[in-house]
Amino acid sequence: MPLSKTEWLALEKKANELRELTLETTHWAGSGHIGGGMSVLDILTVLYHKYMKLDKNDPDWEDRDRCILSKGHAAIAYAPVLCDFGFNDVEMLKTFNLSGSKMGMHLDSTKIRGVDASTGSLGHGLPIAVGTALAARVLGKDYWTYCILGDGECDEGSNWEAAMAAANFKVTNLISFVDRNRCMIDGRTEDVMKLEPFADKWTAFGFIVKEVDGQNIKELCEAIDFAHENKTDKPVMIICNTKKGAGIDFIEDDYLWHYGAFDDEKYEKAKESLKKYYAGRVARAEKEGE
Amino acid sequence: MAGGLTYTSVDSTTLSTAEIYGKALVELGRAHPEVVALTADLAKSTKIGDFLKEFPDRFFNVGIAEQDLFGIAAGMAKAGLVPFLSTFSIFASMRAADQLHTDLCYQNINAKVIATHSGTSFGQAGSTHHAICDLAVTRSIPNLTVICPADGYETYNAVMKAYETPGPFYIRINRGFDRVLYKDADYGYEVGKAVEVHEGTDITVIACGSCVFQALEAAKFLDENEGIKVRVLDMHTIKPIDKDAILKAVMDTRRIITVEDHNIVGGLGSAVAEVVVESGKACAFKKCGIEDKFAPIGLHEDIMSMLGIDSTGIINAVREVMKKDFEEDDNWDDDM
Repeated sequence: MPLSKTEWLALEKKANELRELTLETTHWAGSGHIGGGMSVLDILTVLYHKYMKLDKNDPDWEDRDRCILSKGHAAIAYAPVLCDFGFNDVEMLKTFNLSGSKMGMHLDSTKIRGVDASTGSLGHGLPIAVGTALAARVLGKDYWTYCILGDGECDEGSNWEAAMAAANFKVTNLISFVDRNRCMIDGRTEDVMKLEPFADKWTAFGFIVKEVDGQNIKELCEAIDFAHENKTDKPVMIICNTKKGAGIDFIEDDYLWHYGAFDDEKYEKAKESLKKYYAGRVARAEKEGE
Repeated sequence: MAGGLTYTSVDSTTLSTAEIYGKALVELGRAHPEVVALTADLAKSTKIGDFLKEFPDRFFNVGIAEQDLFGIAAGMAKAGLVPFLSTFSIFASMRAADQLHTDLCYQNINAKVIATHSGTSFGQAGSTHHAICDLAVTRSIPNLTVICPADGYETYNAVMKAYETPGPFYIRINRGFDRVLYKDADYGYEVGKAVEVHEGTDITVIACGSCVFQALEAAKFLDENEGIKVRVLDMHTIKPIDKDAILKAVMDTRRIITVEDHNIVGGLGSAVAEVVVESGKACAFKKCGIEDKFAPIGLHEDIMSMLGIDSTGIINAVREVMKKDFEEDDNWDDDM
């Protein structure tokens, strides 16, 4: 079922609200992983607001779809998504990163409702997601497991252990994403540790690979629809080409904004930038939507 | 016998400890459909092949990939399964330490690590395969229950208790045949409660794993030949440690020796020492184990002898500690 223009625009509106809430959370917290938070937000938006089967009143519902955010440092965006969704009080975001808060820069699955795995140490999410997906098979359940990796974390060997397992066990109820923003803490991914030919690597490990613009909701939805309809015995990896800090023009695509602080002036500038960015996104949806 | 145990002493002498674990796992698998077994190319070595034969759809061999082993188990447990994952202790505690720490323990999930070939029990394989740091690593991770059973029966009991008790467990067992300590599994095993396997009032030997049998042999010899009354505690649970049993030993015997097939840094000896020192009571104390060096290569029993953690080594340690003077400034009437 192709994404209608109405639905596209609704998802753009939600994505914009979540970008604004992420920015606000960064401001409240004083600092945060804003770059990677902004790059992954569209993926989170389409999962939580179009695809995932969830019960707002019961985050632990056993038949729910799972989302394992392997790039756990994107909690600065993930926490707003989970609060806005209704799993946690939005007021909690005002305590993000503060002493004594339940909500730190990597979310704790035992403290924050709706978090399917405590991540932060990189290279952990895909193995966990493979386990969650295999469990559905053992338990006879039909939930989907989604896993979102950062590109920099693909340096970790454990991802490739899990990639082999996903292909070996034919884990087709798992849909994986890489937030390919091409930045990591010390520089650009291709300068620090080359990932390319990145898609070929996943293909060689036994995945069907789709490459999309990770800041294009329509493309994201088409790739997820493709993965849902996959009838082969290979798992699907969606490489999402994104921009670190997407929507905030003065930090966009700059690896130095892996983690940063916004004073009041920068915060106001970022808000203005997000408005313009949203307008552009809406215009694209209006033009390209059907 | 406890818990529907079907083994006899014949089984315990004809089956290695790991084989008994393999049988116990099959029993659990039959009773509980949510039990799954995982390994990293060590199904044969860790003796979980019986589970594979009976429950092929609940058995996962992830290849030689321990980090993946732990991550997959964590994901399965998160979804409601009860994974038992088995690999060698050295890899379970160190190759996958980050996953043990974060995926299993931080999330406090219900997964059970059965770590085989512990201590120096894979003797001839050398230090790449000796696990002499695993107790130090695992007992410092919050939420994790750490158990080192003394023989096959105790392994059976520990595995069953691990299933019954929510949360992550690390159970370290040996590679081969352990000397049989208990006559059956029905001796009131409780997690966190030491078992007094020999009464004594002169000195207490606190041991774990295969060293408990050696301590018992030493105690019998010393009683018969030298009139030294040695209390022997099977301290199977390294964490949470049985503080009451240690404090009682301090007050009753004032002399304690710990014996473990592990580095003397960070393992059972350190755990006991922490309790003794915090008690504020004078107590002669000696740790027997691997003296912060890599262990020699050889048969397990030979290595234990070389390390002084066999019965002869323990007898010598008892004689040494019995000569120690420690009580002159202490008030024997203090309350515990």
